[in-house]
Amino acid sequence: MRTYDVLVEVSLRPGIADPQGATIERALPALGFEGVSGVRVGKAMRFAIEATDEPAARGAVEELCKRFLTNPVIEDARIELTERS
Amino acid sequence: MTARVGVVLFPGSNCEHDAVEALEQLGGKAEVVWHGSTSLDGFDAVVLPGGFAHGDYLRPGAIARFSPIMSTVTEFARAGGPVIGICNGFQVLTEAGLLPGALQKNRGLKFLCSTVDIRVETTKSALSCEAEAGAVLRIPINHFEGNYTCDERTLAELRAEERIVFRYVENPNGSVDDIAGICNSERNVVGLMPHPERASDPLLGSTDGLTMLRSLLAAARG
Repeated sequence: MRTYDVLVEVSLRPGIADPQGATIERALPALGFEGVSGVRVGKAMRFAIEATDEPAARGAVEELCKRFLTNPVIEDARIELTERS
Repeated sequence: MTARVGVVLFPGSNCEHDAVEALEQLGGKAEVVWHGSTSLDGFDAVVLPGGFAHGDYLRPGAIARFSPIMSTVTEFARAGGPVIGICNGFQVLTEAGLLPGALQKNRGLKFLCSTVDIRVETTKSALSCEAEAGAVLRIPINHFEGNYTCDERTLAELRAEERIVFRYVENPNGSVDDIAGICNSERNVVGLMPHPERASDPLLGSTDGLTMLRSLLAAARG
């Protein structure tokens, strides 16, 4: 078995309104930050998983994301795997 | 026959006793059922009440959906039993896949606590069969994540099958198509953000919720 460190980035799917991102974007000029656009707020989750190889680890994490960590109606997940040495 | 209603208590639910009280006031027999139970034997209807099941961690309803009682609630619903999700209960029903769509943070990012007007759009549902189509009811809302959203296809389906049960007269939270509550195709599962149990006594400012709960008891009696 190998151990993989996992980073899951959950974000709202394109086209889904992101009131938090919009509020942050509107606040930026007031703080003197100009030229920032497309702010989207999401969440990041880190954990470790044991699997025989990387495809197996990715498959398990994808399933975990689909069934639990994201709501596929409104959210997407980006998965990053790093094998622990 | 007296209808028996099970009101599910998740850790973090906080409207279960209000629901029991309002249903009993109407002559129903209501009982709190712990989320760890797997039996709904003897119940004719189920209510998933408002609150913050499992602290609303991850997403509202995301963890509650895996509570032991939920497989039994799903079987109960599939067998045609009336299941109502109020506020957090609505969020649980969407997460559990018993109702389509999802509930997002309110447009404007404000926690909303007020009494609003909602319109009964169809009387063909377990929560509106005793109401009048087109009637406007004054019902409290109390939520941060009540902004109903779904994909275009689902919305078209909800409209075509007249499954939008309640609409806000003035949209408070950004919900698509002013949706306050919907039902499944079999019309026995209904989810809504407003709280009928909090509009069940003149002292609370409105008794309009009783029409909805009376509908549930009627649906429970079959």
